[in-house]
Amino acid sequence: MKLTKLLVATSAFAISAGAVSAEDMTIVSWGGAYSASQQAAYHDPYMAANPGVNIINDESSAEAVAKLRAMNEAGNITWDVVDVVAADALRLCDEGLALEIDGATQLAPAPDGTSADEDFGELRVNSCYIPQIVYSTTFGYRTDMVPAGVNPPDDICDVFDLATYPGKRALEKRPINNVEWALLCDGVAKADVYDVLATEEGQQQALAKLDTIKDQVIWWSAGADTPQLLADGEIFMGSTYNGRLFSVIEEQKQPVAIMWDAQVFDLDGWIIPAGLSPERQARALDYVYFATDTQRLADQAKYISYGPARKSSAPLVGKHATLGIDMGPHMPTDPNNAKNTFLYNYEFWADYRDDIDAKFQAWLAQ
Amino acid sequence: MSDTTQAGPVLAADGTPLKTSLNRALRRQKMRALALIAPLLIFVLVTFIAPIGDMLFRSVENKIVQDTLPLTVAALADWDPGLRELPEEPVYAALAADLQVAVKEKLHTKLGTRLNYENTGMSSMFRQIGRDVTKWDLATDGPFKEKFIEENKGWGDFATWRTLKSYSPTLTSGYFLNSVDLEKGPDGIRARDDNQRIYITLFIRTLWMALVITGACLLLGYPVAWLLANLPNKSANLLMILVLLPFWTSLLVRTSAWKVLLQEQGVINDVLVAIGFVADESRLQLINNQFGTITAMTHILLPFMILPLYSVMKTIPPSYLRAAKSLGATDWTAFWRVYFPQSVPGIGAGAILVFILSIGFYITPELVGGTKGVFISNRIAYHISSSLNWGLAAALGTILLAAVMLLYWAYDKIVGIDNVKLG
Repeated sequence: MKLTKLLVATSAFAISAGAVSAEDMTIVSWGGAYSASQQAAYHDPYMAANPGVNIINDESSAEAVAKLRAMNEAGNITWDVVDVVAADALRLCDEGLALEIDGATQLAPAPDGTSADEDFGELRVNSCYIPQIVYSTTFGYRTDMVPAGVNPPDDICDVFDLATYPGKRALEKRPINNVEWALLCDGVAKADVYDVLATEEGQQQALAKLDTIKDQVIWWSAGADTPQLLADGEIFMGSTYNGRLFSVIEEQKQPVAIMWDAQVFDLDGWIIPAGLSPERQARALDYVYFATDTQRLADQAKYISYGPARKSSAPLVGKHATLGIDMGPHMPTDPNNAKNTFLYNYEFWADYRDDIDAKFQAWLAQ
Repeated sequence: MSDTTQAGPVLAADGTPLKTSLNRALRRQKMRALALIAPLLIFVLVTFIAPIGDMLFRSVENKIVQDTLPLTVAALADWDPGLRELPEEPVYAALAADLQVAVKEKLHTKLGTRLNYENTGMSSMFRQIGRDVTKWDLATDGPFKEKFIEENKGWGDFATWRTLKSYSPTLTSGYFLNSVDLEKGPDGIRARDDNQRIYITLFIRTLWMALVITGACLLLGYPVAWLLANLPNKSANLLMILVLLPFWTSLLVRTSAWKVLLQEQGVINDVLVAIGFVADESRLQLINNQFGTITAMTHILLPFMILPLYSVMKTIPPSYLRAAKSLGATDWTAFWRVYFPQSVPGIGAGAILVFILSIGFYITPELVGGTKGVFISNRIAYHISSSLNWGLAAALGTILLAAVMLLYWAYDKIVGIDNVKLG
């Protein structure tokens, strides 16, 4: 008798523990310093203003598209708001997995009354996507490994110049960005890069250029790899996200510097999964309305060196919250850093990703 | 003795034939046994076999074209791609009608993604046409052929229509062809271009490296297991903890530890440079290649070899070796002729465990394998989580599963699965 009671009691407890409380909201992001900046700039103030809501962090953004697709097929969506890059937002919107959001009514206007759509401009790549930040993929190098009597690297083609800058490089284990840089340094004009890449010969040309440094390259797949390799002195230069380099340089004080030439801009932003229950959807919309307003986006820049996606946020960017340094010069969008930039071409890669990736992987395996 | 010559079947006490009665009793027992394992069986079926079956079925499933463009598929039925001519106006009109429905249900871009796997460029063709096709009036705005080609010249490309036609059946062999480096060409199946062949290489590499890792585990694990089985209990226990300790440590931690050890500015290279074995500028490349993968995976999988070996060796009485030696055998003969054959079941079990585990390994090769030390499972993971080509991932997975089963069958034929003992 006692045992039965105990069993009933424990299973009842298990059931109640398994059920999600009505006010929990799962927000998916990338983890690390980036999630920490979102926690400080968005989550904490939002929870302070809405004491009933409890935000749960999930660090699955790298597999967001695959997981959302699986959740959608299973008919059980457990995420409320998801942070993804623009290319993934394009795919999610394409597959009908993300909610379309009306910029005029469902997003906060700028303080001067400019509509959100206008404030974000072309960064709002489709109607599902609410961009937060502009980040860039760029190169960091060890200042103590620059050969004596040589200027530090300041041109993207220095990456391909093994004679002047001997040493290992780290590049991402995928064709995106690498093939563009290779073509730029093989005499292709910036405006023609994607036209050339669309041809079989252009793809071969890019791989042939990469071939010249292939045996000096360590291929990374996680954003933390290059900063670690730089800190260990394993590589001379490597590509990674500029925010990661900021923390290696300013927080860990490693002898590393950033080479901004031909940095590739990309975006990070929110989507809300399609198919949420009405009250969860309303709560998610309420959250993104709050978290993507002008002040909130500017606040995030206090914690990480990524540029806010709203034009109206730029003048509000101030100093780092703990280091006290001026964040403006560390932003990828700062005029000094953005002399020569590249915008990731979402449409091109949506088409050519599978094709060029197959060739790239076959080339890697050779 | 003479009255045992009784005619007819043997009867039980209640008069039924003994055989029937016995069968009934046995059946009841079997049912009870089945009822006892039923929860587990159902659990395994529902949570394991069914999802895997569903995933594997994706390797041939291709309903999306038929479901999204039913009218177009019907209109294409009597179009012959062999003539190498574009289809006629009715096909384009059917496509316009299909797309209007598909755009409303937001299915057209999904189809574009699917067809883009086979023919690069179709993803943006579908996205582009989706923006305008809803503005067309089907009754009055024809002919549509020119309108489509005006929108994107891809619609006037013969290859687009060949792709649509060859992927309109609800089952496809396309994913399997792709996973063995073949493709559907205009004149039937052909090999992919050299610069796109990758999967056969990866399958062979995966099998080969799994074999090497199994061999390395056996070479390193056998003496350790022997020591464990033959040392006095106290020291054997200590040794056992040393074997198990890494086993209890997180896989990622152990892999990262190998990174620290093996990298160019790592511990091993530092030591070698310090003792003057290699020059500072020619440090050894120990990681981001096959050597890195083999080293780290051998270390990680070693307990799976040692434990079955140990449990088998523990059952071999030491007196056999002593007897062999007292009969005049040398140490080597005594080991090779008496001890080793008795430890073979442990080798069999350990080898099969390590081999099958290493074939599916994924995190370690990804972290320390560079480009030459990655396995087929890394590509499967890429297609599941990154390129979202689940059909191709399923086909690769099916082939891998079939290869493992085939090897298991061959193993059973050669070694005999009854000879495998875990203890």
